[in-house]
Amino acid sequence: MIRTEEMTISMGPQHPATHGVLRFIVKTDGEVLHEVKPDVGYLHRSMEKIAEKVGYISFQPYTDRIDYVCAMTCNHAYAMAVEKAAGISAPERAEYLRVIASELNRISSHLIMAGVMAMDIGAFTPFIHAIRERETVNDLFEMLCGARLTYNYVRIGGVSFDAPANFKEKCVEFLNHFEPIIDEFNRLISFNKIYVERLANVGVVSREDAIAYNLVGPNLRGSGVRFDVRKDIPYSIYPKIDFNVPVGIGEAGKVGDCYDRYMIRIREMKESCKIVRQALEQMPEGEIMAKVPRKIKPPVTEVYSRCESARGDMGFYLVSDGTDKPYRLKIRTGSFSAMSIVEKIAPGLMIADLVAFISSLDVVAPEVDR
Amino acid sequence: MIKEKFTFAEEVKPQAGGGWYLVPADKIVEVCKTLRDDYKFDCLSCLTGIDLVDYFEVVYHLFSYSEKKPLVLKVKLEKQSSTMPSVSAIWPSANWMEREVFDLLGIKFENHPDLRRIMLPEDWAGHPLQKSYKEPEEYCGMSTKR
Amino acid sequence: MLTLYKQLPNFILTTKLDELLNWCRKSSVWYMLFATACCGIELMQTGGPRCDWDRFGAVPRSTPRQSDLMIIAGTISYKMAVCTRRLYDQMPDPKYVIAMGSCANCGGLFKHSYSVLKGIDKVMPVDIYVPGCPPRPEALTDGLLKLQEKMQKEKFLRS
Repeated sequence: MIRTEEMTISMGPQHPATHGVLRFIVKTDGEVLHEVKPDVGYLHRSMEKIAEKVGYISFQPYTDRIDYVCAMTCNHAYAMAVEKAAGISAPERAEYLRVIASELNRISSHLIMAGVMAMDIGAFTPFIHAIRERETVNDLFEMLCGARLTYNYVRIGGVSFDAPANFKEKCVEFLNHFEPIIDEFNRLISFNKIYVERLANVGVVSREDAIAYNLVGPNLRGSGVRFDVRKDIPYSIYPKIDFNVPVGIGEAGKVGDCYDRYMIRIREMKESCKIVRQALEQMPEGEIMAKVPRKIKPPVTEVYSRCESARGDMGFYLVSDGTDKPYRLKIRTGSFSAMSIVEKIAPGLMIADLVAFISSLDVVAPEVDR
Repeated sequence: MIKEKFTFAEEVKPQAGGGWYLVPADKIVEVCKTLRDDYKFDCLSCLTGIDLVDYFEVVYHLFSYSEKKPLVLKVKLEKQSSTMPSVSAIWPSANWMEREVFDLLGIKFENHPDLRRIMLPEDWAGHPLQKSYKEPEEYCGMSTKR
Repeated sequence: MLTLYKQLPNFILTTKLDELLNWCRKSSVWYMLFATACCGIELMQTGGPRCDWDRFGAVPRSTPRQSDLMIIAGTISYKMAVCTRRLYDQMPDPKYVIAMGSCANCGGLFKHSYSVLKGIDKVMPVDIYVPGCPPRPEALTDGLLKLQEKMQKEKFLRS
């Protein structure tokens, strides 16, 4: 008699394929998953309570650490929320610098995603290629603000430093170098038959599920919903810039599978290059910082501001009571909701597919836990 | 539109901008179901709680992807009971968000499929986002001081 | 430590057994692929093509049972501290710990936090502290070289 038994495995928190410290309690029958329960909170750093303690200006460096892979957009989202509450508006040059920095950071974030995903699937070389390109982006950020990972560049009311004299040339040089690299990367891994077979038709998230589970950003667009905060709730200087929003069309299998989510990010890197080029061309001369009081005291109000980070719609819900510290700051992030869908989609997949599915969602642990 | 449909919902429009509807706690499931089915609010983008010392406030940020418009609902909650119905049957994304609110603020949601702590360990004492929260001296033998 | 006798035929090398063992160990420091937060990205960059830790014989391993060195890269919450100690206990002796970044050193930016462990040295012994938030790859490499110096000086055969 052959008898099969359900097996319970704890995957994580230290596991090479669970980006950072995520844990899954997995019930399997052989290779097939029956139930997956994500266990998060291993990196809960109590950002929301810290915001209530340290005040508006001092909280700015903490926003870097919410999503360290794409810190610029976090900075930007927080600065936008406080500016909206306090009625400050940043000068135009600062807005351009913010967008350039955000888009460069989006490129470096998607590079990490593409590289790490390939590594999770089992190919190590693309990871090294991605990291190599990322170093060049980091050099640009070093020129801009002196930091490599946690920038604290976008400040309330503007940006901390103006671009140095040769920034534009260096940036264009990088873009000229990088755009062919995307095609090279595609030839190397994206169109590789084994890679496509591993990702196509795996972890299909339907359009309805994506919306109901509150997926955002590339994950939502991978399921075929054409929604991008930069286009649909425009902010900063995005209305002046011409770019496309790639959506999943099911090129290798069904719409909303892992391959769609992966390809969205590859395409977004190209769009980001386009945005940076245009922003560099249009950038005016002028001030980079608005007049901001030493202690920001917004009136009694509440704002909910949304910004498109590399992991999608990032929301800061700010409740102010008229003092120099926020009364309540809720950070709504894309990874948190992306993790909650794992419970729904994973049953029926293979264990190896779970790894591909998680990396295709591009979750970053501190963004889940905050 | 919502005002005519739900006469019990109170519209609040502060001078500083924004605005929300104040809904009684026992009516929230009914309101949310109607909003999703008849008004195309297909996404609950943010659910959070605020400790306002005298009472709790639970805030729902809804979003409609087809019409691209937001809506804010609020529920006032007495501190004594701090229990309200869950909306996780309407939007599955509410499941984890309500767990987070329960974990950090101590608001209990009725009819929730799996109301456990999400961020903090199971044996943690207290709900840290409450304004009256005091940090413990140690956890599992580890000192919390530097 | 090594003395080269060129005058002798076939170049004989003489050394002490202790030092030879230490030299072997320090030239193959396998570190655990374990990162909790922001510093993890810098750890990846350090292992990447520009800084290239393979030069020093340091390669990542994904399991604690095969690794000599644990780099605490990032914030450790109380929930994670319990697991981190378990990982440390699984590593075979002799084992080393580098605390990378302010969070692992002392809690750093998160000293106001209710859920963050203020310094990994509360739960395990630390050999090298690398400051920075996050440390640059150069700083981390310096930490590794300092650790190698320390390993070279060890006298565990005679103890």
